[in-house]
Amino acid sequence: MSVIIAKENVPENVEMRNAYCATLIELAEKNENIVALDADLMGAMGMKPFAARFPERTINCGVQEANMYGVAAGLSATGKIPYAHTFATFCTRRACDQIFVSCAYAKLNVRIIGSDPGITASLNGGTHMPFEDLGIMRGIPTMTVIEPTDSVVLKDIVKQVADKYGMFYIRLVRKNAVKVYEEGSTFEIGKAIQLRDGKDVTIIAAGLCVAEAIKAADMLKEKGISVRVLDMFTIKPLDKEAVIRCAMETGAIVTAENHNVINGLGSAVAEVIGENYPVPMERIGSQDEFGEVGPVDYLKERYKMTAKDIAEKVEKVLERKRR
Amino acid sequence: MLNDSKVKELKKFAIKIRMEAMKAIGHLGVGHVGGTLSVADVLAVLYGEVMKIDPKNPRWRERDWLVMSKGHAGPALYAALALKGFFPMENLLTLNRPGTTLPSHCDRNKTPGVDMTTGSLGQGASTAAGVALGNRMSKIDSYTYLILGDGECDEGQVWEMALFAAHRKLSNLIAFVDYNKQQLDGYTKDICELGDLGKKFEEFGWFTQSIDGHDVVAIYEAISKAKAQKEKPSMIILNTIKGKGVKAYEGSLKNHNCNVSKEELESILAEFEDQLKALEEC
Repeated sequence: MSVIIAKENVPENVEMRNAYCATLIELAEKNENIVALDADLMGAMGMKPFAARFPERTINCGVQEANMYGVAAGLSATGKIPYAHTFATFCTRRACDQIFVSCAYAKLNVRIIGSDPGITASLNGGTHMPFEDLGIMRGIPTMTVIEPTDSVVLKDIVKQVADKYGMFYIRLVRKNAVKVYEEGSTFEIGKAIQLRDGKDVTIIAAGLCVAEAIKAADMLKEKGISVRVLDMFTIKPLDKEAVIRCAMETGAIVTAENHNVINGLGSAVAEVIGENYPVPMERIGSQDEFGEVGPVDYLKERYKMTAKDIAEKVEKVLERKRR
Repeated sequence: MLNDSKVKELKKFAIKIRMEAMKAIGHLGVGHVGGTLSVADVLAVLYGEVMKIDPKNPRWRERDWLVMSKGHAGPALYAALALKGFFPMENLLTLNRPGTTLPSHCDRNKTPGVDMTTGSLGQGASTAAGVALGNRMSKIDSYTYLILGDGECDEGQVWEMALFAAHRKLSNLIAFVDYNKQQLDGYTKDICELGDLGKKFEEFGWFTQSIDGHDVVAIYEAISKAKAQKEKPSMIILNTIKGKGVKAYEGSLKNHNCNVSKEELESILAEFEDQLKALEEC
C-alpha cells in the first residue's frame, strides 16, 4: 500500500467506467482467462472497447442476470476469470441466490461488478437505486465487498482481484468520481486509509461520501473541531483494527455511506465497536428509505449525505460524547 | 452401437445404482427416493459407457462434465460414482450424516467426481452452460451433460439458459429432462402445466429428442445423435417413471422425499435382486 492523497478534491477527468474498461483490457492482454460478462448493459458500462478488442471473451448474455451469474460460475470452474457486470440492483437483488449458491457456496471465482450504487442511479429512480446491495453481499460468507472511492482505487483493485481466488463484489459509480488519490497510489484490500488526522471524532466513509467527509472535516476545523477521516473502501473484510483504534483515540464515530444505514458500512462499524469498544456513534446514509428519481446533487441533499449533513452529525455525536 | 453384453452390463449398472442409492437412503431412513430412482438409467449410460472420466483424477482437465441440476438426486449420482471407483463404496452409507462427503444435494467441494454444486433448482442449467462455454473457449474437446428435473423446468432460469445456449450454439452441451411427470406437490400437469416440453426446447433452438428414459439403448443412441450435430445444444427428454424399479413407489404421489423403514428397505432390495436375476437369465 502506497497512497498519495490528492490535494484538491475535484471531479476526476476520467469516468469510472472508462477506467474500468481500460484496466480490464490491460488485464486481458496479459491473461487469456479474463472474460467480461454483461446483461445488456455493456454500452452503459462503457465496455464497447473491450468487446471490440476481445469479441471472443465478451459474453453479453442479454437481459438475464440470474443466468449470467450461473454462467460466470461455470466459466470460472473451467479456469476462466469472469468479471460480470450489471447494475448493482440487478446483481445483488435479482441474482442473489445464483451468486450465493452457484458462485460463493460452490467456492468459485467470480468478480461481480455492480454499478450505479445508491443515489447515483439518479434518473432511473427507486427501482434502480440500491441502498441494500452492500448488506446483501456482506451477508454472503467468503464475499469480499469493495466500493472504490475514485478511479485510482478502482484500477488498482480491478487488477488486484484478477490474481486472487474467490468472490468479490465491487460497487462503483459509472461516471466521474471526485478525486481523492493521485495516480500511482496502491491499496490493500481490507485496510482503511486515513485521509485526515484528528482527535475529537472519526468519520468513517465509503464511496462518494468520502469526498463529502473530507469537506465536512475541513468545515469543522474552522470551528475548532479536530476530525479524523477514514476511507473504508473495503466494507468486508472490515478493517476492525482501524475502527477500534479510532474509537479508542477519538471516542466518537460517524459513518457515512451512499447506502441504507441498515446492513451497510454503518452496521459493520457498529458491530465492531459494539463488541470491542463502545463509543457514541451516528450514521449518515439512507434512513431505511426507498430511492427516488432526481439528479445526484438533489438526492445527496434528499438523503442527507452532504458535507453539511455529515458535519451536523459530527456535532451531534460530540454532544453525546461530552455527556 | 452397443453390443448385447454391453447393453446387459448397462442395465445391470442401472439396477445397481438404484440398489446402492436405496441402501444409502434406507440406512438413513429418509430421502428423495422418487427422483433418485428415475435418473438411474441415464446415469448408467453416461458413467458406464459415454463419459470421458478418470476416477483417479476427478478434476482431469480433459474430462466430460456432469451437472446434476436436480441436485436432490444426489444419491443416484453418488451410487454411480462409487460404483465407478471415485470413492469407497462404504462412504455411501454416510449419506446426509454429520460431516459426510455426501450431502443430500450435490456439492462439488465435498464429493470426488461431483462437477457442480446444485440444489437450488434451475441453477445447474446456467452453470452447465458456463462450463460448456468455458471448455469451448479453451478448445477442450469435452461434453457437458446436464440433468434437469421436470418440476425444475418451472424455473425461469432454465429458459434463460435455453435462449443463451442456443444463441451461443453450445453443441457441446447435452441436456436431459427427467420427465417423470411428478413434482413435490403432485403431478406436473396439476401444479404447473409444462405443455410439450420437447417442442418448447425445439422452438428455443435446441436439437431435441424424446425417448424412453429407462431404455439404455435408446439413451445411448440419442446421445450419439446429439453428438453428431454441431450447431445446436441438445435436449433429450427422458420419459421416466418417478420411483422406477420399486413397485410401491411407481405411481405413488408420496415418493418425492419419504421415510424408508428397515422392512421396506429389505423388500426393495429383494425387488432389485429379482431384477438382477431376471437380467442374468435373459
